[in-house]
Amino acid sequence: MATKASRSAARLMMAPAVVLLLGWMLVPLIMTLWFSFRTYLPLRGGDQGWTGFDNYVRFVTSSAFWPAVQTTLIIVLGVLIITVVLGVLLAMLLDQPMWGQGVVRILVIAPFFVMPTVSALVWKNMFMDPVNGLFAHLWRFFGAEPVSWLSDAAMPSIIMIVSWQWLPFATLILLTAIQSLDSEQLEAAEMDGAPRLQRFYHIILPHLGRAITIVILIQTIFLLAIFAEIFVTTGGAFGTRTLSYLIFQRVLESQNVGLGSAGGVYAIILANIVAIFLMRIVGKNLDN
Amino acid sequence: MARAVTPRRKLINTGFAWTIGLLIFFPILWTILTSFKSEAQAIASPPIFLNFDWTLENYGVVMERSNYARFLWNSIIIAGGSTILGLIIAVPAAWSMAFVPSRRTKDILLWMLSTKMLPAVGVLYPIYLLFIKMGLLDSRAGLVIVMMLINLPIIIWMLYTYFREIPGEILEAARMDGATLKEEVLYILTPMAIPGIASTMLLNFILAWNEAFWTLNLTAVDAAPLTAFIASYSSPEGLFFAKLSAASTMAIAPILILGWFSQKQLVRGLTFGAVK
Repeated sequence: MATKASRSAARLMMAPAVVLLLGWMLVPLIMTLWFSFRTYLPLRGGDQGWTGFDNYVRFVTSSAFWPAVQTTLIIVLGVLIITVVLGVLLAMLLDQPMWGQGVVRILVIAPFFVMPTVSALVWKNMFMDPVNGLFAHLWRFFGAEPVSWLSDAAMPSIIMIVSWQWLPFATLILLTAIQSLDSEQLEAAEMDGAPRLQRFYHIILPHLGRAITIVILIQTIFLLAIFAEIFVTTGGAFGTRTLSYLIFQRVLESQNVGLGSAGGVYAIILANIVAIFLMRIVGKNLDN
Repeated sequence: MARAVTPRRKLINTGFAWTIGLLIFFPILWTILTSFKSEAQAIASPPIFLNFDWTLENYGVVMERSNYARFLWNSIIIAGGSTILGLIIAVPAAWSMAFVPSRRTKDILLWMLSTKMLPAVGVLYPIYLLFIKMGLLDSRAGLVIVMMLINLPIIIWMLYTYFREIPGEILEAARMDGATLKEEVLYILTPMAIPGIASTMLLNFILAWNEAFWTLNLTAVDAAPLTAFIASYSSPEGLFFAKLSAASTMAIAPILILGWFSQKQLVRGLTFGAVK
C-alpha cells in the first residue's frame, strides 16, 4: 500500500530524528577519539600535540586502573546477583493471590522513582551515619559498636544503595513476564503432583529466561555508568572508584583530557560489547 | 484465571508481601516522616517513629534558604521541555517507521537504540567543550537539548511499539470510504495514538527529572535542577536530617505520584518493547 510518494514522505519525517542522533553520536565520539591521541591539559598549557597511543598505555598502566576495573565488576556483579535473585522471588510472591496487591506493588516499585542523588544522600546520612543513622541506633540497641558504613564497608554499602534502587526495576519486569505465563500449565503440573521446587525449575524459570537476560543486559549498561551514587557518598574514596568515576576524575578534576578521553574510549568499547548482546535480543523480538 | 487458594494461604501471602513491601518502602517513608520532625527529634535516640510533634518548619526553612522554587522551575523546564521537543521530533519518525516500513526500518531502530548505550562519561569532555563554545554551559536550553537527545531513542521506540499496534486495515477502510489524508490523521490515527503518546510523555518526563550525570556536570547556578539542589546537601548540611528530609521529599514527591501512574508503561519503555 506504500506508494512512492508516501515512501519519500516517510523518509522526510524520519530525517530530523536520524540527523540529530547521528550528530549526537558522531561529533562527541570523534572529538573523544581525537583528544585521546593528544596531550591535552586545558589548565596546564592546553593542547600540546600528538602522542600516539601514549594515553591508552598510560591509562591502563596507571596504578588506579586495575582497582577501578575490579571495583566496577564487583559493583555490577553484586547488584546484578542481588536484584535478579531477589527480583525473581519477589515477583513470584507478588504474583500470588493476596489482599491489597496493587498497594504492595506500588510500595515495591517506589524506590525506582527516587532520584539518585536523593537516595544516595538519604542512605548516607539517615541510615549509614555512624552517630545518628538508623543503623547506628539499631546496632547500639543490640549492644554492638556502630559501623561507619561508607568508610569501613564502602563497597557493600554502595552495592546496597544501588540494589535498593534497581530491585524495583528487576521485580517489575519479571512480574510482567510471570503474569504472561500460562497458568493452566502450572495447574496441570500441580495436579500431576509435581513438587513446588520442580515446578519452579521446569516451568517458571525457563519461562523467565528471556526476561532475566533482558534485565541483566539493561541493568549492566546503566550500572557501568553509575555516577551520582558515588559522587555524593564517597566521592570515589575508600575503594569505590569505578572506571567511569576514574574517567570523570581524570577529565574534570585533574583536567587531563587526553588521558581521560583514552579511558572514555575503553568505556565505550566495554559498553558496546554488552550492547551487542542486548541488540540481538531486541532485534529478534522485532521480527515477530 | 485466578488460581483458587485457601483463605489461610491467602492470609500468609498477604502478610509476607506487605512486610517486604513496607521494608522496601521504609527509607522513603522514614524520609517523609523525618521531614515533619524538629531537628532535635530527628536525631533522637532511640528514634521516634510517629509519636513526635509534627511541624512544617523544615519546609519553610528549606524554601527560604535555598531558593527551592528556582530549582523546581529548572527541573520542570528541563524535563518538560526535553519531553515536548523529543515528541515533536519522534512522533513523525515513529509514525513513518510504523506505517511505511522499509527494509531498513529495523536497522535504523536498532542503530538509534545503540546511541543510548554510549556511556556518558566517554563523551563528557567534548560535550563540556561544545557547551562552553556555544555558551550553553549552565543554561536551561543546553540541558533541554541534551536530555532530549539522550531520551530520543527511548521515545521513538516506545511510540513505535504503540503505533504498530494500530491496525493498518482501519486506515485502508477509511481511505476506501474516501477519507483524505488529513481526515485520516486527524480523526482516526490521532485518537488511537493518544494513550501511547501520553504514556511515552510520562515515562520520559520521569527519566529526565531524575537524570543525574549531565544535570550535575553541566550546571552550576542558573540552570541547576533539583538533582543538583539535593547534591548540595552532601555535607555538612546533610547532617541536618529534618531539613535534608524536607528537601528530599519535595524533590521526589511529584515523580513518585507520576510514577505510580506509569508502572505498566515503564516495563515497555525500558525494555524497548521486548517485555510487555
